[in-house]
Amino acid sequence: MSELRELYQETILEHSRKPRNFGELPSASHKAEGYNPLCGDHYTIFVNLKDGAIDDIRFNGAGCAISKASASMMTQSLKGKTESEAEEIFSRFHDLVTGQQNGTDNLGKLAVFAGVSEFPLRVKCAALAWHALRAALRGDQQAISTE
Amino acid sequence: MSTAVKTPQQLHTEFDVYRIREDFPVLAQQVHGKPLVYLDNAATTQKPLAVIDAISHYYRCDNSNIHRGVHALSERATEAYENARGAAQGFINAADRKEIIFLRGTTEAINLVAQTYGREHVGAGDEVLITAMEHHSNIVPWQILCKQKGAKLRVAPINDRGELVLEEFEKLLGPKTKLVAVSHLSNALGTINPIKQITRMAHERGIPVLVDGAQAAPRMPVDVQDLDCDFYAVSGHKMYAPTGIGFLYGKAALLEAMPPYQGGGDMIASVTFDKTVYNRLPYKFEAGTPNIADTIGLGAAIEYLNQLGLENIEPHEAELLAYATAEVQKIPGVEVVGTAREKAGVLSFVMGEIHPHDIGTILDSEGVAVRTGHHCAQPVMQRYGIPATVRASFGLYNTREEVDALVRGIRKVKEVMG
Ligand SMILES: Cc1ncc(COP(=O)(O)O)c(C=O)c1O
Repeated sequence: MSELRELYQETILEHSRKPRNFGELPSASHKAEGYNPLCGDHYTIFVNLKDGAIDDIRFNGAGCAISKASASMMTQSLKGKTESEAEEIFSRFHDLVTGQQNGTDNLGKLAVFAGVSEFPLRVKCAALAWHALRAALRGDQQAISTE
Repeated sequence: MSTAVKTPQQLHTEFDVYRIREDFPVLAQQVHGKPLVYLDNAATTQKPLAVIDAISHYYRCDNSNIHRGVHALSERATEAYENARGAAQGFINAADRKEIIFLRGTTEAINLVAQTYGREHVGAGDEVLITAMEHHSNIVPWQILCKQKGAKLRVAPINDRGELVLEEFEKLLGPKTKLVAVSHLSNALGTINPIKQITRMAHERGIPVLVDGAQAAPRMPVDVQDLDCDFYAVSGHKMYAPTGIGFLYGKAALLEAMPPYQGGGDMIASVTFDKTVYNRLPYKFEAGTPNIADTIGLGAAIEYLNQLGLENIEPHEAELLAYATAEVQKIPGVEVVGTAREKAGVLSFVMGEIHPHDIGTILDSEGVAVRTGHHCAQPVMQRYGIPATVRASFGLYNTREEVDALVRGIRKVKEVMG
């Protein structure tokens, strides 16, 4: 039970119920889709880059609590960040959810995802929106898939 | 003698599920500190000792290639392999053992029919008719064929309960329909299709019928002569046999007229560089050295099922399904997907806003193994406007206590997810 509570932290559940920055961004300069065919999670990430920084970021789509909360908190944590800062945060977030990092330095609120590392099957859920964001920033047109 | 009405348990006293569980070593384990409750039988079933031992015995004592050696081992291996064919014939009451073609499973069986019978009989402008509840294995091979031939795939609709709408199905049977392919039991919804009615409707118009029997074969007695289907496809691993083995039943006259599927050893009678004479049935369709060990394992699984009796397994699972359906429906927010009047083995459900993937993780933490996702039936999910369901599917070794564990797990989901 304690591992489950670690996974489904109140913050995560709250974001999954009331995702922030949820919806389309018609003026997006970059966008990409992320899809997990295994469970049907499907999101689109919209980004407006201005002078190399994320001026605005939104997402829409549907999926499990972990993937949705991750997308929601990602948009919050990346607003105003440069592309390279975003890459850096993703890399630390990835280490966190795959259990390759002990500390949660500099991850701020994203530290609540530490519990995912005990559930290897759910790492893809936590990372889905982030992979889509990376594809959007790189200008990949193809929907990215976790499989 | 007591005249009191017997409870279902008393009726099935000869079916001692607790004794039977001892035949399945994998069941006696804990996961995440809880007893394993294996409710993913529609994906694959566990294997009884009889099957595990048969494979082990073959490799320890009889391993050899079949149909070619003159030595003792080859003779024993050939006999065991062909005995399995006899067992499969009896299992579905085929008229002749040569009507049983061993293949990897249902998927390969359907592809075989699509690329042999289908390629010969379906032409430009023709139609293949399936239903809206099919597994991807009974959709994609037909899409490939239709694309190759310029033919059209037609789909008969299902109603909200998940039942085939027979009137609509019949209307779709037209002069261009060259083949009907339909599941006997839907893996996503549990619906049992009225195969006899379907074959009658199709045959009145001279159209052959392929039945996807992947889920039905382990759950109910199947008699292909009574169903009067032209092809019947089965996966061993869903009926307590190993993975990598299954079979296709086909009426002899159809199989005789079909071109071979693959070329190679065993499927030929004679070869020169000018001309090859194909072997007789069933070997014409079994090119190359087959999966001998697992075929023998399949034979052992059929023998095991015969001992227990599908006529006993069927009511046992029906009782579990009825109990589980009633219990989960008592939990507010749980909605069962697939409520056909004729149903078996499968309980698919959703829980409002709570995503099936989250439900699956929480059930797993309670030791309860279910499947979550689209169950290789995305068109079914689209029909209901949902991305996925949670699916509990029953096997002959499941118990009421395990249903109770599922129900406790679902209550836990509500507790965790709020
Ligand atoms: C109804 C149905 N048809 C076909 C298949 C495919 O079976 P296999 O993967 O063993 O070929 C399945 C398995 O999930 C099934 O449930």
